[in-house]
Amino acid sequence: MTVYLVTAVLLFSFGGFFSARRKAHALRASGPIHSLPQYHGIRVALWCAVPALLILLAWTAFEPRVIELLVRSYLPPEFANLSEAEANLVMMEIRSLAAGTFGISSDQAYVEDAAEVFRSFQKISDYAMTVSVMSFAIVALLWARTGVLRRYRARQSVERSFNVFIFLSSLIAILTTFAIVLSLLFESFKFFELVPLTDFLFGLDWNPQIAIREDQGASSGAFGAIPVFAGTFLIALVAMLVAGPIGLASAIYFAEYAHPQVRNFAKPALELLAGIPTVVYGFFAALTVAPLVRDLGIAIGLEVQARSALAAGVVMGVMIIPFISSLADDVINAVPESLREGSYAMGATQSETIKQVIIPAALPGIVGAFLLAISRAIGETMIVAMAAGLNANLTANPLENVTTVTVQIVVALIGDQEFDDPKTLSAFALGLALFVITLILNVIALTIVKRYREQYE
Amino acid sequence: MTGVVLALAAVSFLLVTIFSSGYSAFWRTEIALTIEFDPKLMKVEPDATFDQLQQVNYLALFRKNLERAFPEVTARADRRELAQMFSESAPDLLREMVLADPGLVGARQVVSVLASSSVDMITKGNAPRDIDEARRVISDQQLRWLDRFDESGLLGSRFNSDFFTSGPSRSPELAGLGGAIAGSALLLLVTLLLSFPVGVAAAVYLEEYAPQNRLSEIIEVNINNLAAVPSIIFGLLGLAVVLNFFGLPRGTPLVGGIVLSLMTLPTIIIASRAALKAVPPSIRDGALAMGASPMQVMFHHVLPLAMPGMLTGTIIGLAQALGETAPLLMIGMFAFVADIPGSILDQASALPVQIYLWAESSERGYVELTAAAIMVILVFLVAMNLLAVLLRKKFERRW
Repeated sequence: MTVYLVTAVLLFSFGGFFSARRKAHALRASGPIHSLPQYHGIRVALWCAVPALLILLAWTAFEPRVIELLVRSYLPPEFANLSEAEANLVMMEIRSLAAGTFGISSDQAYVEDAAEVFRSFQKISDYAMTVSVMSFAIVALLWARTGVLRRYRARQSVERSFNVFIFLSSLIAILTTFAIVLSLLFESFKFFELVPLTDFLFGLDWNPQIAIREDQGASSGAFGAIPVFAGTFLIALVAMLVAGPIGLASAIYFAEYAHPQVRNFAKPALELLAGIPTVVYGFFAALTVAPLVRDLGIAIGLEVQARSALAAGVVMGVMIIPFISSLADDVINAVPESLREGSYAMGATQSETIKQVIIPAALPGIVGAFLLAISRAIGETMIVAMAAGLNANLTANPLENVTTVTVQIVVALIGDQEFDDPKTLSAFALGLALFVITLILNVIALTIVKRYREQYE
Repeated sequence: MTGVVLALAAVSFLLVTIFSSGYSAFWRTEIALTIEFDPKLMKVEPDATFDQLQQVNYLALFRKNLERAFPEVTARADRRELAQMFSESAPDLLREMVLADPGLVGARQVVSVLASSSVDMITKGNAPRDIDEARRVISDQQLRWLDRFDESGLLGSRFNSDFFTSGPSRSPELAGLGGAIAGSALLLLVTLLLSFPVGVAAAVYLEEYAPQNRLSEIIEVNINNLAAVPSIIFGLLGLAVVLNFFGLPRGTPLVGGIVLSLMTLPTIIIASRAALKAVPPSIRDGALAMGASPMQVMFHHVLPLAMPGMLTGTIIGLAQALGETAPLLMIGMFAFVADIPGSILDQASALPVQIYLWAESSERGYVELTAAAIMVILVFLVAMNLLAVLLRKKFERRW
């Protein structure tokens, strides 16, 4: 339905373009006009398409909600006695009945009736939408076409709408941030209504599984986030221990020692690492590295669990190497040549220069790069989802399995999602914490790097 | 130097592991069987109609033929073990053959039947053969039969073209990537259509039009921060806003594309701004001096010159989007979808999600499939990055 409407509106708008352009051409044949014919055409096409498509968008966004409200008002009083969850279930039943999904029938007569009402409302809504969208498109087209006059400033009009469009486009970044913050806050508030904030922040036990029967043990679940965050930082620490030295060493090599030919070959090869999807690293970690770590551990007499923090952390470290390397490379290259030359003039060797002049000079930038890398490691999902543990475990031993914030978000949201259940909502609380932590790290890192750049510019 | 070598060694190790465990998935083991399309077994007349042929119990036909080929196997359990050496798609294969050529009824033909996943693994050496029966994927008796097939030259292998065309399946030997590739293509299409125009427009505004004020500064800081927000947060955003608030259908390429385009926007905006910055001001001044309006300068001169750089950034952004998994899991693109999606409103899977699902699956036959799927996605990524590099090389201009 919507697809046909969109096509029809677009066809009308094309027609409007050509007809207005032809009209303007005819005008121009008999004397000078202000705007080029194509601007008249574009103006008419925009008038025809944009408002009509906006109506269509708003309609499809609000139609389900309005219809649901109307149908609810038709339902008998016994419906009002149902709890929120049951009411939602009944509405779902009505919807699938109305859609004619095969094999669905209800034992309650009023549900069948409501489905009938639902269907008739949907029909009315479809007709009303078609009529209003098409009539709007046609009226706007005809009205805009009357504006194709000799002195009409069509170009200015088109340019104004273009300016509005690019301004709105740039606002999307802000809107996205707002939407992230608002949605995380909103769902997290719902979570903290069920689970006290202090339990979440200071609890030592994370066990979101809620028993199906009331009488089972631990029926309320436990939502203490400390073990989850401890696991996250443990894996990030292992990753940084791998990626930090290697990334920094290769950055120094690329910036100071590498022959241009080696650099031309090795740098893109290293950046290839950054382009590999994280799910590939996850598979690699689970299939190869975890058994390898385990066998190595057993060979030297250590007990290593199958999904150890070490394996996940090492692979994550490999993933972050190119990130650190390219950021640190930029930073080292930004150290002015005069510092190097001054050091050489004092008789320092190349390695002395690097150790005592370049690194200290580049230190703020390197710290910034490391902070960005840590934020990246904390937010990484697929590697840990495939190679780290699923159960929370408060330990500092990298040979045991630990879980991370991102893993718990995935676990909570894969499968049934119920937005009144603390297990599902806990994903948003964890997401909020993750967002805040990474945001702080990023802001600090970006400020450091920016200030450092300004220092040498 | 050691650092670089270590890092490159890690890449090579990763690639070698994946290639060595994945290349074999492109071939499938087959066993040649003589099938007699006996009308009596099929319980139809030799001149049966199409409808009657559709009703035939092809599973029984296949089983009976196996019994004829192995008259010495009589015990029920043994017969079951024998049948388990073949893929469960065997009856479907017979059905397709008969329906395509009804003249087969009453004839005898040698048919290459797909072997089961366990037999396939043993033949390729993906599962160990010389170990205790309890730990081996097939029994001692099946192994003896397999050796007999091999000696009499009945074992064959064929290029696994179904891998690229069919959807996922619960049996590894039948599972394919077709649905996931189509899903990823639709996702990237939606992402491209949404993020390219908006990204370029935002870059044009920020680079050419934006006044120096607080708002522009906030937008800029925002874009830089969004580029560093973990992808899983975008998944949560998609779940809370796109699915729950706007009520778009779960697990569809449309929703996935919206989320991925929000994620790729910062990349595209940053690359496009760099491309716009590289166009020298003299071009703008020249065009303005000739009486062009600012928008004409933009569309006729600046954008065409900056386009290669913008496209390069877009392709790199799309390559990132192609490999992104976590946000797609959040918005429900992990369901088992057997059909190949035909529109952006169908439930679909995507390449990285399929890799995740196969990797998490406990059946061993999926290991080679996972590795093969990774090879496919890497080929796509390398192709996209090469395209970006070529674009840059071909159109790069120094002023």
